[in-house]
Amino acid sequence: MIPAPFEYLAPTTVEDALAALAEHGEDAKILGGGQSLLPVLRMRLNAPEMVIDLGKIESIRGIRDDGDAIVIGAMTTHAAVGSDPLVAEHAALVSRAVDHLADAQIRHRGTFGGALAHADPAGDLGAPALALGAQFVIAGPGGTRTVAADDFFIDLFETAIGEDEILTEVRIPKHTGWGAHYEKFVRVAHQWPIVAVAAAVRVEGGVIAEARVGLTNMGNTPLRARSVEEALVGVQATEDAVREAAGKAADGTNPPSDLNGQASYRKHLATVLTRRAVVTAAGG
Amino acid sequence: MTTTQDRPAVAKEIGQERRRKEDQRLITGRTRWTDNIVLPGMLHMAMVRSPFAHAKITSIDKSAAEASPNVVSVLTGADLGESQGVLINAWAITTDQVTPTHLPCPIDKVSFAGEIVAVVVARTQAEARDAAELVDVEYEELPAALDLKKSANDEVLAHPDLGTNKSAFWKFDSLEAGTGSSIDEAIEKARTDGVVIEREYRQQRLIPAFMEPRSTVVDPTGEQITMWSATQVPHILRFALAATTGVSESKIRVIAPDVGGGFGGKLQTTPEEWLTFAIANRLGKPVKFTETRSESLMVAHHGRDQWQKLTLAADKEGNVLGLKVDLLADLGAYVSLVGGGVPVLGAFMFNAIYKFPAYQFNCQTVLTNKTWTDAYRGAGRPEATFGIERMMSELAAELDMDPLELREKNWIKHEEFPFTTVAGLEYDTGNYEAATALAREMFGYDDLRAEQKRRRDAGDKVQLGIGISTFTEMCGLAPSRVLGQLNYGAGGWEHASVRMLATGKVEVVTGASAHGQGHETAFSQIVADRLGVAFDDVEVLHGDTQIAHKGLDTYGSRSLVVGGEALVKAADKVVEKAKPVAAHLLEASVDDIEFEGGRFTVRGTDQGLAIGEIAAAMFSAHDYPEGMEPSLDSEATFDPVNFNYPHGTHLCAMEVDTETGAVKMRKYVCVDDIGTVINPLIVSGQIHGGLVQGIAQALWEEAVYDDAGTLVSGSFVDYLLPTAADTMNYEIDHTSTPSITNTLGTKGVGEAGTIASTPAVVNAVVDAVRHLGVNDIQMPCTPERVWKAVNGVGAGGEASTEGAAAAHFDPATGMEGTTDRTTGGTQA
Ligand SMILES: Cc1cc2nc3c(=O)[nH]c(=O)nc-3n(C[C@H](O)[C@H](O)[C@H](O)COP(=O)(O)OP(=O)(O)OC[C@H]3O[C@@H](n4cnc5c(N)ncnc54)[C@H](O)[C@@H]3O)c2cc1C
Repeated sequence: MIPAPFEYLAPTTVEDALAALAEHGEDAKILGGGQSLLPVLRMRLNAPEMVIDLGKIESIRGIRDDGDAIVIGAMTTHAAVGSDPLVAEHAALVSRAVDHLADAQIRHRGTFGGALAHADPAGDLGAPALALGAQFVIAGPGGTRTVAADDFFIDLFETAIGEDEILTEVRIPKHTGWGAHYEKFVRVAHQWPIVAVAAAVRVEGGVIAEARVGLTNMGNTPLRARSVEEALVGVQATEDAVREAAGKAADGTNPPSDLNGQASYRKHLATVLTRRAVVTAAGG
Repeated sequence: MTTTQDRPAVAKEIGQERRRKEDQRLITGRTRWTDNIVLPGMLHMAMVRSPFAHAKITSIDKSAAEASPNVVSVLTGADLGESQGVLINAWAITTDQVTPTHLPCPIDKVSFAGEIVAVVVARTQAEARDAAELVDVEYEELPAALDLKKSANDEVLAHPDLGTNKSAFWKFDSLEAGTGSSIDEAIEKARTDGVVIEREYRQQRLIPAFMEPRSTVVDPTGEQITMWSATQVPHILRFALAATTGVSESKIRVIAPDVGGGFGGKLQTTPEEWLTFAIANRLGKPVKFTETRSESLMVAHHGRDQWQKLTLAADKEGNVLGLKVDLLADLGAYVSLVGGGVPVLGAFMFNAIYKFPAYQFNCQTVLTNKTWTDAYRGAGRPEATFGIERMMSELAAELDMDPLELREKNWIKHEEFPFTTVAGLEYDTGNYEAATALAREMFGYDDLRAEQKRRRDAGDKVQLGIGISTFTEMCGLAPSRVLGQLNYGAGGWEHASVRMLATGKVEVVTGASAHGQGHETAFSQIVADRLGVAFDDVEVLHGDTQIAHKGLDTYGSRSLVVGGEALVKAADKVVEKAKPVAAHLLEASVDDIEFEGGRFTVRGTDQGLAIGEIAAAMFSAHDYPEGMEPSLDSEATFDPVNFNYPHGTHLCAMEVDTETGAVKMRKYVCVDDIGTVINPLIVSGQIHGGLVQGIAQALWEEAVYDDAGTLVSGSFVDYLLPTAADTMNYEIDHTSTPSITNTLGTKGVGEAGTIASTPAVVNAVVDAVRHLGVNDIQMPCTPERVWKAVNGVGAGGEASTEGAAAAHFDPATGMEGTTDRTTGGTQA
């Protein structure tokens, strides 16, 4: 599999990357870790004339503590996110999701920003980002803007990032002390989830005080199961108590039907996986 | 004490866990794969493939492609004409088989999605692929024959000019053959006072998915035309090329260098090989074609794809009375090299290890507008084993008997060997009781049954099932006369030669053609023992028709049991030739010469010579017996008198999550009787790999087409191959009843794991939920199918797989993609 011919640039600053993007317009494509873009090019599903590689821009790689949030640079690899102690402590849900994302090789090349920018509804990072209320920092010709997770995911493979913009970092509000679990349902280990549920809960005295639940592959974008979250507040952190709230997980969702399962089956899975995710997150 | 006795005893090589000689180069990839071969002035090809399953080609505009940079030539089927040759079917299973003409590049009509319609030749592979997108082909779409059952009714014709999709009907009947009684009477009797189990099983379509995509290089610039190809069958390839292109066989040299797996998928003669050959000759330059993974999944032949209607008759005590098999087998668009012969191989195996008084096998092969099917690891025998082992478990359930006891009641007892079966084969050796007893103990059968009961009683969400497969297979293809009776186009012998080099090293040439099995190691062990030379002093040569001039290649678990025996015979001839030389040099009588541990000694003395010393003496040839040729080199061709019948007991425990339908393997134990084991490490590797492939058919793999005849599972995102992360530690062991059809007592092991494991897994999944009213779950047992079966939604998990591939890459960017005509992708 050989891609169609293209030109290649590897700028070292965000400014230079933006300038290149401005110059080449819609003929250009941003390259993050290439784990989604390269298959697209190699299968000739797309043929950009210019590929702008962000791999040499140091300023958007790495993880830092920024007071009430953890900031993850767009070019930080999945493997780096997965092994980072700050993320583990303050955004454990993200660590759990990354643990089972694709396989080890892909985790060492694929990037946090690339995966979110790609916005595959079956991608593992959208639901945790949504559930934790992440903020997306986007740089463009007119400067930098910040978009809330609720407004970031627009449709299948479509985000708030404009054609002339670059996602530079993602700010994740600290959820220190929250229990977290990402329940991913697959047939083989290296697969995208058929359905997955991201759950973070704060338990006080055996009772759920706050809950955040995100759903993967239950619609054209990652979804937040707000009715489940509300129903969980004040509930005992036990399987039977959680069951009823989890039963609402599929409400209002519109999952796909594909080789791995029909929509009706996915809706059923969402309820079971939500219950399991919440119970595990709560330490049950 | 004699000097001979003073020498340390040479450890026997046979039975040693030798690490494979070939691993370093195969694992690192620093070797001669076909695609690594680069020749001066070499050109590259890219194929333009049809996006339609069935269509007329109305026009092909090559002009834009021809004008593309560094394009040398763009050729269509019409341009190539007769020079492209034709692809053969080597096994017409009946004399009136309907066999469509199979051109490598058809001229006016395509018969499956992915079929080649034009070839672009350019200076680089990238330029060839870029230009291939510029070839403008106009099609007039025709209705496509896709569904196997509908195609069998001739509703839509795959090849309208043939007037039917029915290619051949093949029948075996025990009453007619004189090997048993009437099946109709057996079924009738069981209907009145016994039990009749009737089931229909689906063998889904599979893709062999070898690791190295297929690749071919042809160099026409010498006196002989040389073809390198990633093939399992260099000898058959050379023969077929000569037979169909008019080029003399002696002018064709075929080399299968290191080949990265095949699993039957490279037991083929391919359009790509024929086109590379034709075009290299036409242009007078070396030409290479290497397929992409997408092409490989779409057009390299597929496997299985059958509907099996089975009727099992038994009495109320569980004694089997008869078995009737009605198969529909999907050939795809053409009858390929072995084609309809694959399901026919199953004809002899449905009766398996059981003593059926009556048996009938009917097989209808059917043409459709899909990728053609052919051998895939096990070829015919996994299908048969699945059918019978599922049915035996169903019978046990019906009679409320333990499925192991039911099997034992019906199988051939160890003291009954040799045993002639109702299908007419003579099983030479075996001991099903011994293998089963060991497997049962290793598995902890009774404990697991007790746990299963506890879980059922408690209504656990996760249920436990136990699956059994007590399989046998016929392997070591094969006795030439039997193949002749089956109308197969070739024999089943194998050739070997042994060359004694002047330096004491030994070169062994085999006609078997390894593609990852470890022949070099195992054959070295055999020769080391036979000639008493060091393992490292043996070099095994294969896969080049100029070196291994005679051979029938590697498939059907034949290399060791047929090729290994040829090697033994050749090595023994070397010893026989060396004896008189030893006698001459030691000034003794030949009758007094003894050979052991690589030394020829004079009986009762301490005088002796090593075989290497005799080889050196024959090289200088200064002093050797009168009237003898100065050479120890020897060759042998071995044609077995019978197949070879490995067997084993496989036990599998599966956990089924009734809430989600997810299945998880808990334990897998197998005890295989493969006779004498040459190298336990290689055997473990074969069994592990074989198991994973069989388990993958049960749980994961399926080639799915949409209503238009496009392969939906066209990448590894959707065609689910397991990785190491999806496997577990399989517990394997052996019992041994050496085969008596070869000197070493070996039985084939290349396919055993695949053949045995599929029904063991499905039996376990069904067993876990049988108490919930389930008696079948179609393969692959996806979580959705299992969940539906458990919840009574849909017809017991029988629904076929539907839906599109998940689009992880497709619209990725919001930009228009170009059309990849090289993968037959539908036009954007
Ligand atoms: C076999 C396989 C299995 C996989 N399984 C999973 C899985 O189970 N779960 C999962 O979540 N993912 C999975 N992935 C996808 C993986 O997570 C990728 O890493 C991710 O989709 C893309 O990240 P990337 O850095 O490689 O981006 P790239 O492939 O380089 O880019 C993807 C897209 O995002 C754009 N882009 C990249 N970076 C930026 C940026 N900073 N700003 C703006 N646009 C940008 C690109 O232009 C492109 O359109 C799998 C991939 C493969 C190949």
